[in-house]
Amino acid sequence: MSFLSFTYVIMFYAASLVLFIGLGRKIYQYAKTPAPLKIPTMPAPLTNTGVIMRMGREVVFFESLFKANKWTWIFGWLFHVSLVLVFLRHLRYVFPQDSIIGAVIGLELIQSFGKYASYTMVIGLLGLLGRRIFVDRVRYISSPSDYLMLLLIIGIAATGMLMVFVSHVDIMQLRAFVVGLFILQPVAVPTELLILIHLALVAILMFIFPISKLLHAPGVFFSPSRNQKDNSREQRHIADWAVPLDKTRGNK
Amino acid sequence: MADFETPAYTEYPVIPAIKMGTMEGSGPFIAKPIHNEPLGFPGELVENWKQVALDKMQELLGKYRSLQVYLDSCVKCGACTDKCHYFLGTSDPKNMPVARQDLLRSVYRYYFTFAGKWFPKLVGARPLTREVLDEWYNYYHQCSQCRRCSVYCPYGIDTAEISMAAREILDTVGIGQKYCNEIIAKLHKIGNNLGLPEPALKNTLEGLEEDIEEETGVKVKLPLDVKGADILLITPSADFFAEPHIDGLIGYAKVFHEAGVSWTISSYASEAANFGMFIGNYDNMQKVSMRVREAAIDLGVKRIIHGECGHAWRVAYSFWNTLAGPFDFLDQNYPIPQHICEFTNDLLKRNKLRIDKSRNDHRVMTFHDSCNVARASRMGDKAGGQFDIPREVIKAVCNNYVEMDQDTIKEGTYCCGGGGGILTDDLIEVRVKGALPRMQALHDVVEENGVTNMAAICAICKSQFSKVLPYYKMSMDMIVSVHQLVSDALILTGQKTDEDESKEDESK
Ligand code: SF4
Ligand code: SF4
Repeated sequence: MSFLSFTYVIMFYAASLVLFIGLGRKIYQYAKTPAPLKIPTMPAPLTNTGVIMRMGREVVFFESLFKANKWTWIFGWLFHVSLVLVFLRHLRYVFPQDSIIGAVIGLELIQSFGKYASYTMVIGLLGLLGRRIFVDRVRYISSPSDYLMLLLIIGIAATGMLMVFVSHVDIMQLRAFVVGLFILQPVAVPTELLILIHLALVAILMFIFPISKLLHAPGVFFSPSRNQKDNSREQRHIADWAVPLDKTRGNK
Repeated sequence: MADFETPAYTEYPVIPAIKMGTMEGSGPFIAKPIHNEPLGFPGELVENWKQVALDKMQELLGKYRSLQVYLDSCVKCGACTDKCHYFLGTSDPKNMPVARQDLLRSVYRYYFTFAGKWFPKLVGARPLTREVLDEWYNYYHQCSQCRRCSVYCPYGIDTAEISMAAREILDTVGIGQKYCNEIIAKLHKIGNNLGLPEPALKNTLEGLEEDIEEETGVKVKLPLDVKGADILLITPSADFFAEPHIDGLIGYAKVFHEAGVSWTISSYASEAANFGMFIGNYDNMQKVSMRVREAAIDLGVKRIIHGECGHAWRVAYSFWNTLAGPFDFLDQNYPIPQHICEFTNDLLKRNKLRIDKSRNDHRVMTFHDSCNVARASRMGDKAGGQFDIPREVIKAVCNNYVEMDQDTIKEGTYCCGGGGGILTDDLIEVRVKGALPRMQALHDVVEENGVTNMAAICAICKSQFSKVLPYYKMSMDMIVSVHQLVSDALILTGQKTDEDESKEDESK
């Protein structure tokens, strides 16, 4: 195996480790940190079903963002929905065509949606970048990393689009490389420049996921203001660390 | 009046362009050792403050999921940047919720995250210095913990939680805020924020009884420390002396009287407000809450009813059960605690009160949703009852009612500008400027609909509006208690009304 292939193989395994271990640690940390007092943003649901619905609307439609700012919402939502569609299309690099999943994602519908979603994805990203640059309030709160994050994803999208729409690359070879990684029998990486750049950028994204604001992905599910139900008059919520402070223990 | 300019009204609500540093400064008065020590904090800045602060931050990160998740999750989308009344009123970018969080987040990143440790410049991380500490003190006392930002953040990031954590860290290193800590110390010692001892309280209540009798001819009691009463009323101590609060208290007394229930105030727990929450300190918040439990047990009451107060109702509704429960010794057929508006609305619905709405006809009302009632508590058994019930009460006793701009009411309500430990004269500039969005919305309905008065159910809102209305060229007595409206429309059994009198005259 060439030095290049070797580098890419190592890079992806390392990135995967960082991604999964890093994310796992964070999720574990969020889950085990107590939420000592009930603080849902009211009005909040009174039932578990209500909480699931609220979280669903938040994750699927970005309900709060919609209330806040229509421009940020449209760009942000466009980007995320497109990301999902593009991601689905990419599954064909992993699942064999003759499997059920492979058949589903092989559908023309999913494949072409995934293809053209790349446009809306880039529009969304450029919109977000534009706001970051031109709206004085957003510019004020932006760090270099906030711009770089957008540029990184734009780079991934752009190289991907170039491969689909402009200079076609050897898909079968790419597929072999990805499948090789998954079944732990790595093979040579394709040598087309676009593929190499695309893959390297994706690996970088994986590396920084657990140490950056991309933690909003697991974070939203753990946000007490969104995932708690409103029942504090009916039920007590004493965190473990607060038990020794609980002065009513003697009473019952 | 003061050496700053009151913001001007505009034709439409505008989002100001940012202006750096307009609210830079040294913050509110710093607490003295006599204020800090009774709360369990060092008297003044400790020598190794940096280590102490970072240790505290680490401790809080492990204790509060909210803090850990909120500090990690912000994507700097900017959705919250124009949602804070303090930013809208001051244009200082550090008063944008995300920027306020970043004052703490930058330090968190520097010491507790990989990216911040190795690439501080890249991710906006910075070490903790004395300047940073002072900046925290200044800007975390320009947040009223109103939670408006948390409504609009896609992850529900609540800057109030960050402010509380920051104030807790500041207290732990010995930099407390005089206003809050002095009050909490008084409460621990005497039982209310004013330091009003039992005899003074007794006097005040008797004076009120005389006033009511003079006005209505009916003997309405305001009982104090009556053992065996059914209901314990916990209300902000401002209700005992401040205008327009006191008219609200008279309203509760009349309602209790007409309902025929036995009730009492406790001199031991003569305060609804719980400033322990403002400083983010669990222990103090619990200690304050425990007084209510102790008073309830001591007096042998069956129910607890809570007066008109905002942050206090948050603590009562959301935290009492956890901090001072279980209240299994109370009558479980009633909500514990119950809000006075829930109580009155129920009577109104069942037609148990004789109401003459026309007695409020000289008023055109609007209602200010108090931030912590709206976004941190509930009334009734349906989500959103905290919006409906006070409105139902007002509409049941007034003929003229108008809503303010949709973006400024209910869950989107703007804080009065004085909540969360800001209601002190040394922060008057912050208070006046932060009141802008509410004043603007009120001014609009005054112009368009001839609104004469605004009702509120929070002691802080009432005090704050009395103070800032004149800055905005409106009269300070525009602000009224909801139960003042009830009081004015309520005809007590046996009360002589003008109508009765004229009838009597005719029959003569
Ligand atoms: S909690 Fe209220 S005062 Fe504090 S930053 Fe958010 S909107 Fe502003
Ligand atoms: S809305 Fe939330 S995620 Fe967006 S900048 Fe504000 S705090 Fe951060």
